[in-house]
Amino acid sequence: MDLNILWFILVTVLFIGFFFLEGFDYGVGILLPFLGKNDTERRIIINTIGPVWDGNEVWLITAGGAVFAAFPNWYATLFSGFYLALFLILLALIVRGVAFEFRSSDRSPAWRKFWDNMIFLGSFISALLWGVAVTNLLQGVPIDGNMQYVGGFFDLISPYTLAGGLTTLLVFMLHGALFLSLKTEGELVERARAVATKISLVAVPVVLLLAVLTYLKTDLFAKAGAAAVFLLSAGCLLIAILMLRKGREGWAFICNSLTIVLFTVSMFWAMFPRLMVSSLQPDWSLTIYNASSSPYTLKIMTFIALTMVPIILLYQGWTYWVFRHRVTEKHLHY
Amino acid sequence: MSELLLARWQFGITSVYHFLFVPLTLGLSVLVAIMETMYVRTGNEIYKKMTKFWGKLFLINFAMGVVTGIVQEFHFGMNWSEYSRFVGDIFGAPLAIEALLAFFIESVFLGVWVFGWDKLPKQLHALSIWLVAIGGNLSALWILIANSFMQAPVGYAIRNGRAEMTDFFALITNPHVFYQFPHTVLGGFATGAFFVIGISAYKLLRKKDLEVFRKSMQIGLIFGLISVFLVANVGHLQGQHLVETQPMKMAAAEAHWETAKPAPFAVLAVVDEQNQRNSFEITIPRLLSFLSYNNFSSEVKGLKDLQAEAEAQYGPGNYIPPVSSIFWSFRIMVGAGTCMIFIALVGLYLWKKGTLETKPLVLKALLWSIPLPYIANSTGWFMAEVGRQPWIVYGLQRVEQAVSPSVSAGEILVSLIGFTIIYGVLAIVDVYLLVKFIKQGPEQPTLSNHLESNGKGVSLWT
Ligand code: HDD
Ligand code: HEM
Ligand code: HEM
Repeated sequence: MDLNILWFILVTVLFIGFFFLEGFDYGVGILLPFLGKNDTERRIIINTIGPVWDGNEVWLITAGGAVFAAFPNWYATLFSGFYLALFLILLALIVRGVAFEFRSSDRSPAWRKFWDNMIFLGSFISALLWGVAVTNLLQGVPIDGNMQYVGGFFDLISPYTLAGGLTTLLVFMLHGALFLSLKTEGELVERARAVATKISLVAVPVVLLLAVLTYLKTDLFAKAGAAAVFLLSAGCLLIAILMLRKGREGWAFICNSLTIVLFTVSMFWAMFPRLMVSSLQPDWSLTIYNASSSPYTLKIMTFIALTMVPIILLYQGWTYWVFRHRVTEKHLHY
Repeated sequence: MSELLLARWQFGITSVYHFLFVPLTLGLSVLVAIMETMYVRTGNEIYKKMTKFWGKLFLINFAMGVVTGIVQEFHFGMNWSEYSRFVGDIFGAPLAIEALLAFFIESVFLGVWVFGWDKLPKQLHALSIWLVAIGGNLSALWILIANSFMQAPVGYAIRNGRAEMTDFFALITNPHVFYQFPHTVLGGFATGAFFVIGISAYKLLRKKDLEVFRKSMQIGLIFGLISVFLVANVGHLQGQHLVETQPMKMAAAEAHWETAKPAPFAVLAVVDEQNQRNSFEITIPRLLSFLSYNNFSSEVKGLKDLQAEAEAQYGPGNYIPPVSSIFWSFRIMVGAGTCMIFIALVGLYLWKKGTLETKPLVLKALLWSIPLPYIANSTGWFMAEVGRQPWIVYGLQRVEQAVSPSVSAGEILVSLIGFTIIYGVLAIVDVYLLVKFIKQGPEQPTLSNHLESNGKGVSLWT
C-alpha cells in the first residue's frame, strides 16, 4: 500500500472521528431549545457535551490540517471552490463556539435565549452543510483542467446534495437525542427518547431517498464494496430504531454511531482514488495522486500521525471516562 | 486586482483579530497555572479564588481565540489557493502537526479543567491547566514554524512547479524560529501579565478583595517585568538577524534609503515614498550601524541599493514594502515595549517598598497600560507581515501569484463584510463580559456552583 492510500485512509478516519463525535454535539445543540423546558434543564443538556465539544471539534481542525499537508491541491480546490458554503460553516462554528461560553455568563433570560438559539442555529447549519459538502464531492462539481472550481455557490445545491444534507442533519439529531437519553436522568430521558423516535420516523424516508438518488446520480453502486457498506449503514439505522423501540438506548446509540461511521466510509470508498470528482471531465478529477504532497512529506507526516493519533485517542478517551456520569441538577457545573 | 486587495484586507483583519486573543491565552494560561500550583502547594484558599477569577476571564478570552482560529485554519485554502498549492507540501505539515500535537491537548484538557474541579484529585486538576498552557504555547511554536518558512524559506527544493520539502529537520530548526518563537511567546506572557497587573490595580484602587489582588499584582509584576525585558532583548537580536536575512524589511523599518557607512539612526522621520527620501528626520549618528552590527562603523545597505539588488536577482518590479507604515509600526512596538519595562519597574519598586497601594496615580497608570502589549503585538505583526511584501513566501512567490483565481471579488466582499460584522459584535460582547466579571470580582462563585455527588454512571449495555 503506498502512502497516498494510507493518507486517504487517515483523512477518512479523521472525518469519521469528527462526524461521530461532533455529530452528537450538533444533535444536542439542535435539540437544546426543544428539549430543555427551563433554564436548569437547558444547562443540564449543555453540560452533557460541555467538557468534550471543543476536543471533538479539533477533529475537524486536524482533518483540515491533514488535507492541507497530505493533499494540498485538494485543500486548495475544495476550500476556494466551496467558498461561500465554507464561509457559512465558519460563521456557524463561530457563533456556536462562543455561545457555549457566553450563554451562562449572564443571568438575563433574553440573553440566554439568544445564545441558546445561536447554539441551535450554528449546530443546525453545520450539520446540514456537512452532508451537502460530502455528497458534492462524490456527485462531482465543475472542476476544470487546472484543478480550479468553475461553478458558483448554487451549483452546490441540487436535490441529491440536499438529500445528503438532510440525512446528516437527521442522523446527527438522532445521535444527539440518543446521547442525551444516556447522559441525563428522569423526565429528560423520556423526552429525549420520544424525540428520537420522531426523528427516526422522518429519517427513514430521507435515507431511502438518498439511496435512490445516490444510485441515480453517482457511481457509488458501481463499487460493490462501497455499496455494501452504504446498505449496511442504512441497515444499522434500522436496527438503531428497533433498539430504540425496545427501550435499549445504549444499543441504539451504538448502532446509530455505526450508521455514521459506515456512511462516511461508503462515501470515501466510493470516491477512492478520487478526492473530488469533476463533473466536466472524469480526467480532471482530483485524485490521491495528482493532488498529493511529495513522498518525503507524506513519510514524515505518516510517522507523526501514527504516533500521535493513538495517544490522542487515549487521553481523549480518558476524559470520556472522567465524565462518564449522567448529568443531574445536583452537580451542575459552571 | 481588487480580488487581491480584498483578500489581503480579509487576511489582515482576521489575523490581527485572532491575535488579539491568542497572546492573552498564551500568558494568562501560564499565570493561572502558577496560581493553581500555589493553591495545591499551600492549600491557601486565596489562591483558589485567584485561580477561579482569572480562570473565568481566561475562558471568555479563550473561546474567542478558538473560534477565530478555525477561520485561520481554512483561510489559506479559501483566499490563497495558489499559495496553498505552491507551498502546501511544506506549509501544511506544521499546521497538521499543530492540531495533532497542540490543539488536542489544549482543548481536551481545558474541558477537564473547567468541569473537573470536583472529579479529579487536586494535583491532577492543576496538571490539566498546565497541559492547557503547554498546548497553547506548543501551538504557537508550530504556527510560527509555518510562518517562519514564509519569512525565510529553508529545507525545500523547487520541483514540479512548487516548493517541496527536502529536509523536515531544517524546517523546524529554521533560525528565524529561534527569534520569532521566544519573541512572540514572551510578548504573550507580557500581555497576560499586564492584564493581571492592570485589573489588580483597578481593584486595589477600589479597595476590593485586597488579599486576592495584592497577590495577583505581585505575580503579575514579577512575571511581567521578566517577560517584557526578555521580549525587548530577543526583539533586538531578531532585528539583527533580519538585517542579514530580510535586509529590505529592516531598511524599511528604519526608513533608511541610502546605503551609509557608518549609518545614522532615525528616531523620527517624515517619509516621502514617492521621492524615495525622508523629507524630515531626527537622527543619531552611527547608531544604526551599532544596532545592526554591534559596532559603530559598519555599512548598512539602504532601500535604493537593496531595490537594485532585488531587480538584478528577481527581475524588474517594486521590491520596497510600504516604508512609512513599517517605520511607524516598528517605532510604536518598541515604544510600547519601553513604556512597559518602565512601568513594570516602577510598579515593582513601589510594591517592594510597600507603598504601591498609596499611589493612586501609579495604580491608574498600571490600569491604563493594559492596551500597551496589544498595541505592541499588533504593530509587531504588521511590521513582520507587511515588511515581507511584495513576497508571500520570501523570494519564492509574490502575493499576487498566491490569490485564489476561482474566487470572485463579490464572494470575498461578502465574507469580508460578514467576518467584520460578526467580529465587531463579538468584540463588544467579549469586552462587556470581561468588564462584568472584573467588576463582580472573585467573591461570586464563578466556575462551579453546586458541587455534589455524581449521577449514575452511564452504561451503554442497558
Ligand atoms: C508585547 C509584545 C511585544 C513587545 C513589547 C515587543 N514586540 Fe517585537 N513583535 C511582537 C511583540 C512585541 C510580536 C507580535 O510577537 C512580533 C510579530 C512577529 C514576531 O516575530 O513577533 C514582533 C515582531 C518584531 C520584529 C519583526 C520580526 C519579523 O519581521 O520577523 C522585530 C524586529 C521586533 N519585534 C523587535 C522588537 C524590539 C526591538 C522590541 C523592544 C522593545 C519589541 N520588539 C517589543
Ligand atoms: C503565524 C502565522 C501567520 C501566518 C502563516 C500568516 C500568513 C499570512 C498570509 C498568507 C497573508 C496574506 C498574504 C500577504 O498579504 O502577504 C498574511 C497577511 C497579513 N498578516 Fe499574517 N500570518 C500569520 C500571523 C499573523 C498575525 C498573528 C497577524 C496579526 C496580528 C498577521 C497580520 C497580517 C497582516 C496585517 C497581513 C496583511 C498584509 C498585507 O497584505 O499587506 N499575521 N499573513
Ligand atoms: C503567531 C500566530 C499564532 C499563534 C501564536 C496562535 C496560537 C493559537 C492559540 C494559543 C490558540 C488557542 C485558542 C486561543 O487563542 O485561546 C489558537 C487557536 C487556533 N489557532 Fe491560532 N495562532 C496563531 C495564528 C494562527 C494562524 C495563522 C492560524 C491558521 C492556520 C491559526 C489557527 C488556529 C486554530 C485553528 C485555532 C483553534 C484551535 C482550537 O480549537 O483549540 N492560528 N491559536
